[in-house]
Amino acid sequence: MYPLNAWYPAAWSHEIEHALAARKICNTDLVLYRRTDGVVAALENACWHRLLPLSMGRLRDDQVICGYHGLVFNSSGRCTFMPAQQTINPSAQVRAYPIAEKHRLVWVWMGDPALADPALLPDFHWNDNDDWVGQGGTFYDLGCEYRLVIDNLMDLTHETYVHSDSIGDDNITSASFDVEHTDRTATISRWMLGIEPPPFWAKQLGRPGPVDRWQVVYFQAPSTVVGQVGVAVAGSGAQEGDKSQGVEGAFLAAIAPATGTTCHYFWNFVRKFRREDADLTRALNIAHVNGGTGVYDQDHVVLEAQQKAISANPRTPFYNLNIDAGALWARKAIDRMCADDHARSSAS
Amino acid sequence: MSANLDWESAKLVDIADLTPDIRLFTIKREGCFVAPSPGSHISVIVLIDGRPVTRSYSVIGACRDGLYRIAVKRLADGRGGSRYMWSLEPGANLQLSQPVNHFNLGFAAREYVLVAGGIGITPIYGMALTLAATNVPVKVLYAARRQSDLAFATDLRAHLGTRLETFVAEENERINLNAVISTMQPDGELYICGPIALLENAKSLWRSYGRPIERLRFETFGNSGRFAATAFRVEIPRLDLAIDVAADESLLDALERNGVPMIADCRRGECGLCVLPILKIDGRLDHRDVFFSEEQKASTDRLCTCVSRVNGEVVTLDVPDRRCRR
Repeated sequence: MYPLNAWYPAAWSHEIEHALAARKICNTDLVLYRRTDGVVAALENACWHRLLPLSMGRLRDDQVICGYHGLVFNSSGRCTFMPAQQTINPSAQVRAYPIAEKHRLVWVWMGDPALADPALLPDFHWNDNDDWVGQGGTFYDLGCEYRLVIDNLMDLTHETYVHSDSIGDDNITSASFDVEHTDRTATISRWMLGIEPPPFWAKQLGRPGPVDRWQVVYFQAPSTVVGQVGVAVAGSGAQEGDKSQGVEGAFLAAIAPATGTTCHYFWNFVRKFRREDADLTRALNIAHVNGGTGVYDQDHVVLEAQQKAISANPRTPFYNLNIDAGALWARKAIDRMCADDHARSSAS
Repeated sequence: MSANLDWESAKLVDIADLTPDIRLFTIKREGCFVAPSPGSHISVIVLIDGRPVTRSYSVIGACRDGLYRIAVKRLADGRGGSRYMWSLEPGANLQLSQPVNHFNLGFAAREYVLVAGGIGITPIYGMALTLAATNVPVKVLYAARRQSDLAFATDLRAHLGTRLETFVAEENERINLNAVISTMQPDGELYICGPIALLENAKSLWRSYGRPIERLRFETFGNSGRFAATAFRVEIPRLDLAIDVAADESLLDALERNGVPMIADCRRGECGLCVLPILKIDGRLDHRDVFFSEEQKASTDRLCTCVSRVNGEVVTLDVPDRRCRR
């Protein structure tokens, strides 16, 4: 269940060049390419004529030539050439989708193009490499519904069990948390004061002794999550706003539904400390995703297994606990967007 | 045409006369409502001489209340669809397709000009309202024979203000397409729906200014020509056939009715599959298709049998590759 009238991440900016790239978003096959003027185009990935994926064709300047009979479509999806006739059938076109490029990602709008306002793009500025540094990556076609990733990120008690060797800590499960929400956002904040840092954070801080640890996770409907996380020397005023005695990071997630049970998960882990340290940037990326041994690889295993179980045993999907408050506010905001979509398309 | 028409029962809930010969039909379709995008049409099963036939009508506006609206002009010399629709009373049952769009409104142009002639306003109306709600420059040029034929002018004026211009032929007002096209921005798009003469004029001007043809968007229903539709005779020596084509039926329908094997897809003069060669013509050829180019239409070699007609006595056609199956 996903709203169509929303911006979804379709690719990292650096992935889309002057070449045809196929991607499925919201159960729709798209072909993406960058025009010679730098603007990214997204078209339905099926020729109007016989439905061959246009991604199997080729680009000539800014137009796509179908690899079957040579029909040509421009970046608005309009047919500009048809073989063996002097005119062009006026209905010949493929659907084009609004695109916006921001914060190093290419975002696509799958719903009503008249509603595709760039002002509705989620705030993802942490990904811009100014104050924050990180490399990031993508899980393409992750085998779970996108909301399972949101559930995962909106409740970090799972760290204690899934990531017990790095960022997990019994203190997470025992600390209380606050939840705030608006129509389109949910924020869950957890402060753990005067604790022993877990191994990952002890290493980043590089100083012995107890710390104050925070996790402030911010959800923007339908599918971006930014978690500001870090530790500071205990009692140095981090909770009051002075993080000078600590190390600050943020995990970033922008997720696009691919199908009802798969998604593309664009992730990054960015930091404010030791920004010039390229080795650390690489090391942190590897700590997250590394052929099955990274922190996110651990989530990956859990999420796909969870989806399999849901698909195999579809009783009322699952029960909710107190710890799921953030995830449930997130799901409520998503539901609201879906209802808005529905109201637009089915007035009765 | 290649659209799977998903027929569903529907009920006519209201009729309202917008002008003496344009009637607005409000229809509730059973089952799931699918919102029409600007430029969409729906197909309706109409009965002509008791036979079910499909007719397509543009959907009027966004239908936010879940009811489809279509406007049907009563055509005295039409093929019978409008007569059937005009015979219906509220409460009548209909078979309706989901909305289909062959006339999509783009979203990336920096300027839009919408041109409607007569009942051609029906797809333009929803486009105009959609664009009126944006900051993109839009101009709507709406022409009709008489002032009283401008069925949607008041409504459009409320949304568009001075961005709407109307033209009444009876008062010698004509859309100056040359002035419009010559001053449009290079990436501007023109959408046009109306009589074929208006479209052909626009196409010819568009080309003369070197504008890319894909930025001229149009829709036709293949039922307007240079001459009124009249009965004529078609002879096919190879099949030893002579067929009378009535004023209210297409040549293609008449051929199929008489067992001539034909292939056809769009049935509105776009795809070119139903084209046959002409051997001889006694009368004037009325090309009503958009498949042939201007140069091709200057000759009398071939015609699109689905829409084109002869204004005169008889046309002699060939069917080089087939035999009659009767």
